[in-house]
Amino acid sequence: MSNDYKKPIPSPQGESDFYWEKAKQEELWLRECPVNGPYFYPRDISPGAMRKDTKWIKATGNATLFTFSIVHRAPHPGFIKDVPFVTAIVQLEEGPLMPTNIVMKDPTPEKLKIGMPLKVVFEHINDKIALPKFKPA
Amino acid sequence: MSDLSRSVAIVGVAESDEIGKIENKSNLQLHAEAAYNAIEDAGMKPSDIDGIVTAGTSTLNTAEFMGLNKIKYTDSTSVGGSSFEIHIAHAMAAINAGYCETVLVTHGEAGRSARNRPGPNLSDPASQYEIPYGFIGMPINYSMACMRYMHLYGEERTRQALAEIAVSTRKWAIKNPKAYMKDPMTFDDYHESRWISWPFHLFDCCLVNDGGGAYIVTKKEIATSLPKKPVWVLGVSEGHDHGIISQMPDLTSTWARNTGPAALKMAGLTHDDIDLAMIYDSFTYTVLATLESLGFCKPGEGPDFVANQRTAPGGAFPMNTNGGGLSYCHTGMYGMFLVLEAVRQLRGETGERQLDDPKTCLINGTGGALSSTGTIVLAID
Repeated sequence: MSNDYKKPIPSPQGESDFYWEKAKQEELWLRECPVNGPYFYPRDISPGAMRKDTKWIKATGNATLFTFSIVHRAPHPGFIKDVPFVTAIVQLEEGPLMPTNIVMKDPTPEKLKIGMPLKVVFEHINDKIALPKFKPA
Repeated sequence: MSDLSRSVAIVGVAESDEIGKIENKSNLQLHAEAAYNAIEDAGMKPSDIDGIVTAGTSTLNTAEFMGLNKIKYTDSTSVGGSSFEIHIAHAMAAINAGYCETVLVTHGEAGRSARNRPGPNLSDPASQYEIPYGFIGMPINYSMACMRYMHLYGEERTRQALAEIAVSTRKWAIKNPKAYMKDPMTFDDYHESRWISWPFHLFDCCLVNDGGGAYIVTKKEIATSLPKKPVWVLGVSEGHDHGIISQMPDLTSTWARNTGPAALKMAGLTHDDIDLAMIYDSFTYTVLATLESLGFCKPGEGPDFVANQRTAPGGAFPMNTNGGGLSYCHTGMYGMFLVLEAVRQLRGETGERQLDDPKTCLINGTGGALSSTGTIVLAID
């Protein structure tokens, strides 16, 4: 954690406060729909089925790599020191797809295989927010 | 919907006075210049306009800026660069419903030189779940979709397809005096261009320019009274299946899989009847995924479809004859410019790049993070 964090910071909303509180405790939680199962991102009313009787479940933090990009041109001044870095969509063990970063030094296409197993890690960016990211398991 | 086919026509098209790098014109100035030029192209007067449509800003701003104050139909539908295809469908519906007679659709975006830019809305899902990770700007989003395509259908043949599209599009741009990038591009130039976000090279990505565009849609009775031949709207279809890239149901297939067949059905045409394809090319990959989604070829067959410069000048499948967002102009919401080229090609106004008497054109706009599509089929008598 440091005060010179220059990247965009999430602004929790009412329906996501719990998600970010749990992330701060280094836990990844998902919403689950009684019809269609777990989903990401968290919202009280489930997408598609639009059920209100949804609940929170704790995810294992295990995932596989679904797709990725290796970013060479910083898309924002806060990322200049990070390039090249990896943006990714991962598939959580519970099923949903989740946008994130793969934490890896000197990433290359050879080091990243779609389907490779991953494990969640948490980056504490300030006193309120920890970002769930993933590293090779 | 099919009974609305040929009920309205596009009768005026224009860019702003300049496009490319324009350092001292606001978005609204670019809207107004394009509107002025399109009204002139149509042979109409500002007082003929009773419907106003735009995207990216409110029609309250555009109509006021131009002093259009007798507006009976207003529409600021803004779902990304495809909005300007979708607007044709809305204009057709509004005119047929009797809301108005003549709709002016305008676009203006100083994508490169704007003095002020809006920031992200912090309550949008992207601001919580994607932007903090650097999912900022479309190259990164589309790169991840393309990577998934490469995984499913093969990296090498996908790469060759992306190169074919970049190189063929540049060949068209060289024939367009208004195009921003007119240096010849070889396959080596493509492969050697720098990485933006792997798997995208620089030459997989569209330009970021300043410019405006406008077109006018009117009912049949007015269209046939104007000096230029009407370009008829035969088929329209619109929609979307997600917003942010991580929510896309299938990263290799856009909603054009629905809008393409629907627009062709409304038009009473098949893929083989299309003389010109104007396909939104925010990225080379956008074209590859769109051609498959529209049904010009099957999933995974796009690389064969575009092989051997088939979409280049002289090729069997002319596409993006203005030089596209890749090499002609891309302000941020490029869909407007697809319409301008389609109409000009059908009218026979495109000079060195003119196709041999094309009668039909299919336009497909893609907006957001491969999120929304609008497919339009146009024809000239």
